[in-house]
Amino acid sequence: MTDGINNADELPATTSPTADIVTTRHGMFGNHGTGDTSGYGGLVRSVALPAPSPRPYGGWFDEAADTLAKTLEAAGTDPDAAIEYVVVDRGQLSFVIRREHIVAVAQALRDQPDLRFEMFSGVSGVHFPDDAGRELRAVYHLLSITHNRRVRLEVTAPDADPHIPSVVEVYPSADWHEREAWDFFGIIFDGHPALTRIQMPDDWPGHPQRKDYPLGGIPVEYKGASIPPPDTRRSYS
Amino acid sequence: MTESTIDADAGVTPPDASTAEGRVFTAAGGDWADIAEEAASLGEERIVVNMGPQHPSTHGVLRLILEIDGETVTEARCGIGYLHTGIEKNMEFRSWTQGVTFCTRMDYLTPLYQETAYCLGVEKLLGITDDVPERATVIRVLLMELNRVSSHLVALATGGMEIGALTVMTVGFREREVVLHLLEMITGLRMNHAFIRPGGLVQDLPPGAIDAVREAIPTLRKGIADIEKLSNENPLVKARLVDVGYLDLAGCMALGITGPVLRSTGLPHDLRKSEPYCGYETYDFDVQTWDTCDAYGRLRIRINEMYESLKIVEQTLDRLQEMGPGPVMVGDRKIAWPAQLAIGSDGMGNSLDHIKEIMGTSMEALIHHFKLVTEGFRVPPGQVYQSVETARGELGVHLVSDGGTRPYRAHFRDPSFVNLQAVAAMSEGGQIADVIVAVASIDPVMGGVDR
Repeated sequence: MTDGINNADELPATTSPTADIVTTRHGMFGNHGTGDTSGYGGLVRSVALPAPSPRPYGGWFDEAADTLAKTLEAAGTDPDAAIEYVVVDRGQLSFVIRREHIVAVAQALRDQPDLRFEMFSGVSGVHFPDDAGRELRAVYHLLSITHNRRVRLEVTAPDADPHIPSVVEVYPSADWHEREAWDFFGIIFDGHPALTRIQMPDDWPGHPQRKDYPLGGIPVEYKGASIPPPDTRRSYS
Repeated sequence: MTESTIDADAGVTPPDASTAEGRVFTAAGGDWADIAEEAASLGEERIVVNMGPQHPSTHGVLRLILEIDGETVTEARCGIGYLHTGIEKNMEFRSWTQGVTFCTRMDYLTPLYQETAYCLGVEKLLGITDDVPERATVIRVLLMELNRVSSHLVALATGGMEIGALTVMTVGFREREVVLHLLEMITGLRMNHAFIRPGGLVQDLPPGAIDAVREAIPTLRKGIADIEKLSNENPLVKARLVDVGYLDLAGCMALGITGPVLRSTGLPHDLRKSEPYCGYETYDFDVQTWDTCDAYGRLRIRINEMYESLKIVEQTLDRLQEMGPGPVMVGDRKIAWPAQLAIGSDGMGNSLDHIKEIMGTSMEALIHHFKLVTEGFRVPPGQVYQSVETARGELGVHLVSDGGTRPYRAHFRDPSFVNLQAVAAMSEGGQIADVIVAVASIDPVMGGVDR
């Protein structure tokens, strides 16, 4: 995939999409907080989400990807610049979109009659603190009632510059979803009509669903022993 | 123009509110005549009323901020978040199986839908969707449809109560008890069941459950008919509901509204038909629609949907009787918990044979049991979006796995959360009393909205 953009925000990982490595796993058993006596403590493995899919994607996916590319081109957006890569995993289609083009892509998906994703099912934030330069992800779920299809859009943003254009002008339904993603992940949706906290109190410090935000809790004493709260006790993850 | 605010809530006036928001009148514990006189002396027609969050007709802790001009609502805004409990965050610190006990507590009127949606998502991530035993799937459908009836009954009951139709409320809650007794018999709990688990169910139906459900169906039909008789052609109900809370198809599409509200515009969109899961394509039922786009249409849709749900329940009972006993959990011992839970004389417990095996004969079986229960199973990295049609609309679950034993991220797109965005569109320009009807016709459950 060619990449004509040389943005300061873009990182090497985005230009060579061979694997979507999001974090690394240490040790054999995923336990934290105590010494690993098994001898496998030094093991380091990378965790990768499903890699970009090559063509053909199968089913209606190829046709939809072609239609999207054509529609974007007709609207004056370079599809190769807008669509970073495509993932087909577990029967679901994802487009990874460069953030500056998300509004154009959403517009194309909604308005092109052969795509017609008229229903916006939500945005959820995901935080990968180890994925340098792509720490924050906004995942958009779209539904086409007309064609009975679903598609997923993913947009990444670095922690240092957590801005993503808002799609509220295309999908008014995104209003509360984007407020929620801002509230919990600190993703700033530029152009949102009123990007305020929605679940947490207005004066709450921090964004609670980020991975660097602790779960909290207090140790519980039971029969003389003290059990630490879930996020600090020994666990296997 | 300065703005007057009457705080109709329990007399809590923020100390600096008068400087920030204009004049604040606290309408609690004071002399109403003084307040009215003072408000009149300012000569302002525009009043902002804060309704909730503690108000019986706002369906839990929903806060409505209404700007009114006389009796007319000129602006309506929702304040939510009063029931946020961080369920999604908590799920990231528990195993995949334990996640069920958290997500079931989101929308507390439709716990079995959250469980099913979550488990279908985990099964899709694991790639074991086709391995789930048929019996487990049929029982899931049975539970979901019973749950739809109980949820709609609460929607009608509380909606009726809010417009003064108290008999609708008593009938609704009376019939809901019938359903809850069935759910209690099957799952052990009236709500927060945690009965559906990744890979199947925690245990099979107890003896006599099929007969009990079959016996309850005529009772429920009669109860629903009672509600119909009380409300369908009741001139008072119609006067309050017809053309109230109007939202047409374009509005629903723009705002992402699903469920009875969307179907009240005449669009037969139901995920059970369009994206069947749990074998819904093999059941005979009709999608209920109405063409009035108003609260009355939603009432009729909910009533009709309950009849359809009972039709599906009957079909599941026939199938369960036909297929006879069988497994209700996948055969993979790396996913299914080894303990065959069986209800003992104490009401709950493990199979005695299993206890004998792990405590007496097989150390490896004990280790396996311990590891699987404390650590859990690993789910291959990736993400899925799984949706089911709940009583309120599309419930979507977005699950992300990093290959660990716990969800890396679990996001629930709750239908109440999305549908509540329609409050402004439905109630602005209408009477203040119609706000109550509009909110009731959306039937939001704040546990699901705030999670």
